[in-house]
Amino acid sequence: MSHDDHHAVVIPAPGPEFVPHTVAHHFSTPVQEFQAGKLGFWLFLATEILLFGGLFAAYFYFHEMFPETFRVGGQQLDWRLGALNTSVLLLSSWTMAMGVRSAQTSQKSKTMIYLTLTVLGAVGFMVIKFIEYKAKNEHGLIVFGSLFDGYDGATGQLAWFKDYHGVMADVPHGHMFFAIYLTMTAIHGLHVIIGAIAIIYVMRGTAKGRYHAGYYLPVDLVGLYWHLVDLIWIFLFPLLYLVP
Amino acid sequence: MTTNTPAVDVQTPPTAPPRENYLNCSKGFKSWALTLDHKRIGLMYLVGVSIAFLAGGLFALLVRLHLWEPEGMLFSNIEYNQIFTLHGAFMVFLFVIPAIPGSLGNVVMPLMVGAKDVALPKLNLLSFYLWLAGAVLAVLAIVLGGFDTGWTFYAPYSLYTDRAVVTIGLAIFILGFSSIFTGLNFIVTVHKLRAPGMTWFRMPLFVWAIYATAILQVLATPVLGITVLLVAFERLYNIGIFDPRLGGDPVLFEHFFWFYSHPAVYIMVLPAFGIISELVSVHSRKPLFGYKLIAFSSIAIAVISFLVWGHHMFTSGQSTYAMFAFSFLTFFVAIPTAIKEFSWVATVWKGSVALNSPMLYTLAFLVIFAIGGLTGVILGALNVDLHLHDTYFVVAHFHYVMMGSIALAFFAGLHHWWPKMFGVMYNEFQAKIACALIFIGFNGTFLPQFVMGSRGMPRRYATYVPEYAPYHQASTIGAMVLGAGVALMVFYLIASLFQRKRAKENQWGGVTLDWVAPTPPPHLNFDVEPKVVHEVYDYSTLDYDSMQRDCK
Repeated sequence: MSHDDHHAVVIPAPGPEFVPHTVAHHFSTPVQEFQAGKLGFWLFLATEILLFGGLFAAYFYFHEMFPETFRVGGQQLDWRLGALNTSVLLLSSWTMAMGVRSAQTSQKSKTMIYLTLTVLGAVGFMVIKFIEYKAKNEHGLIVFGSLFDGYDGATGQLAWFKDYHGVMADVPHGHMFFAIYLTMTAIHGLHVIIGAIAIIYVMRGTAKGRYHAGYYLPVDLVGLYWHLVDLIWIFLFPLLYLVP
Repeated sequence: MTTNTPAVDVQTPPTAPPRENYLNCSKGFKSWALTLDHKRIGLMYLVGVSIAFLAGGLFALLVRLHLWEPEGMLFSNIEYNQIFTLHGAFMVFLFVIPAIPGSLGNVVMPLMVGAKDVALPKLNLLSFYLWLAGAVLAVLAIVLGGFDTGWTFYAPYSLYTDRAVVTIGLAIFILGFSSIFTGLNFIVTVHKLRAPGMTWFRMPLFVWAIYATAILQVLATPVLGITVLLVAFERLYNIGIFDPRLGGDPVLFEHFFWFYSHPAVYIMVLPAFGIISELVSVHSRKPLFGYKLIAFSSIAIAVISFLVWGHHMFTSGQSTYAMFAFSFLTFFVAIPTAIKEFSWVATVWKGSVALNSPMLYTLAFLVIFAIGGLTGVILGALNVDLHLHDTYFVVAHFHYVMMGSIALAFFAGLHHWWPKMFGVMYNEFQAKIACALIFIGFNGTFLPQFVMGSRGMPRRYATYVPEYAPYHQASTIGAMVLGAGVALMVFYLIASLFQRKRAKENQWGGVTLDWVAPTPPPHLNFDVEPKVVHEVYDYSTLDYDSMQRDCK
């Protein structure tokens, strides 16, 4: 006996290019299924915010402890690249919202175009991020090749923080800003990549005609996730690049 | 209102072929490994957490045996550190946190609200496999050199030790997500899948407790996730956040850790409260005293528990004013907790108490939890805690709550719902003997620890001065009795599955929907969709004839 073959509720497809949706057996109505998915996903987003909440708490704590380090450290970042990345993400949030709207109105090809543009936004963000990381690597502020080589107890030197030009020489614990910067942006970047994969997954379902006015929950949820990824960056950008 | 109908013995009807239920509706490895049925997932959790509990218990017995002699009997000091860390980490992360929500919660909660399954069955299965992955990683960490940090992983020692801290950190990260997904699933189930007529205040209190737990799981666990992740980053590439050599702050680790781990104490204990609320009512055959107060006190505990984490850090050098606040708020938790304890006692009062094994475990809980709870208030007092901090007094208090209360409530629930889950009854006589052994053994283990703790015996030491030997030896003897009780329990529970002595359709006379469903429940839980028309715990509605039938 499989799990799904009991008096199933079926939502008909709005056209020949779509497939009908079968409501999972333990829900009585499509609305119940939709609301359960939505509530569950909002709770998941809350856990994401709390996960980043720990990192933000660490940021504020060390900003308070070493204000000079964070002032000089922030100046080493290129705010123009940061602003460009912010624009890219904001734009991709708009294309994502349009993608969700197109799915809700059963416009398959439009959904595909908007979702593709959103994935391009994700790729663009990561390329710009890579350019930034590369510059930090060249200045020895984050030496990626030595990231896992640890701490030399004899010299008191970190392997990944060399500061070739001595820009952080006059402030206490100059590596601290870049440790926080790297941890926060890397975990955020990981979320961008996961978000892009999730969008590609719903693009596959869209191509098969699974999402339409009667059933668009997965597109909706991936959209929410993408907006959260965007929202977290909206906080990261001013804190890391602009706050003196 | 109170029904004092005596139990009637009626003739057992002739045996019929067993009807289809969730255990026999499909067969084969895949039908279990890929099941989306909340009851089967619950049983898989039950097997998993029981193995973790027995492993953790074995480590505990080794610790107690070692401490028989002041110089230590079995291990080197380093080995001792690893054994007690293994005991703590296995018990906390693999057993106590997932045990009740994962096993009994999964099996019983959807039945209680009248649902066909949890809201997100695939996520439920994922939770179990994440638990399994976490367990495998934890075992792998032992192979890779073990870990000797204590279950709290305090920096900076956890940053410097050469043991497999990253592996166990990863295990805890994954276990955390298992716990988050279970909580998320249960919140959505309670909100969206209640049967018609099942209003919030008709929900059994076990559901309320699981709901309050789920809120904590969702809101507190991510902070633990990021904390162990930061420890892993710290060990892998020295970010310096917790490392004082690099300008970091180990006390920040303590804040992060206890921001999760204090609410986690309530993640562990609230489901236990839920079980006790059910059992005192059913086995006293009386509606619960103070239903709404117990329901709201669960939520109150969930909220206040986020504001008291600093009471673990009274000696860490945090601000004096913060300590005042934390101490005051800690006393505050005692109020909703006492409301529960007194409501349970008032429920038993003048009830028609059936002294069967689930009720005996429940009564044992009421005694032990009173001690565990009150000693918590003692530790919450600032000046007293400075003396008792990191002594065996804390160990004893912690175990009175974790083992004496939560594990006993788990056993109570297991005995209560065992006939529901499997349709078979265990040997009641052996169950009562086991309960007595566990109760005596438990108090024998931990009462001496209160005494030696108040006299200054520090926790986690591999050796001690000979003056403490009588207490340690008494404690070790108690632990052996406790171990014997648990071994007996495991024996007769497993034996009951082979003896197949049929349980009654409604073994204890419960009126919540879990007892309305057939025993054992069919794949979709109910033969007809339940509609709730009565208030909860209304025993006047009970159909005693159907109750006395043997289940098929």
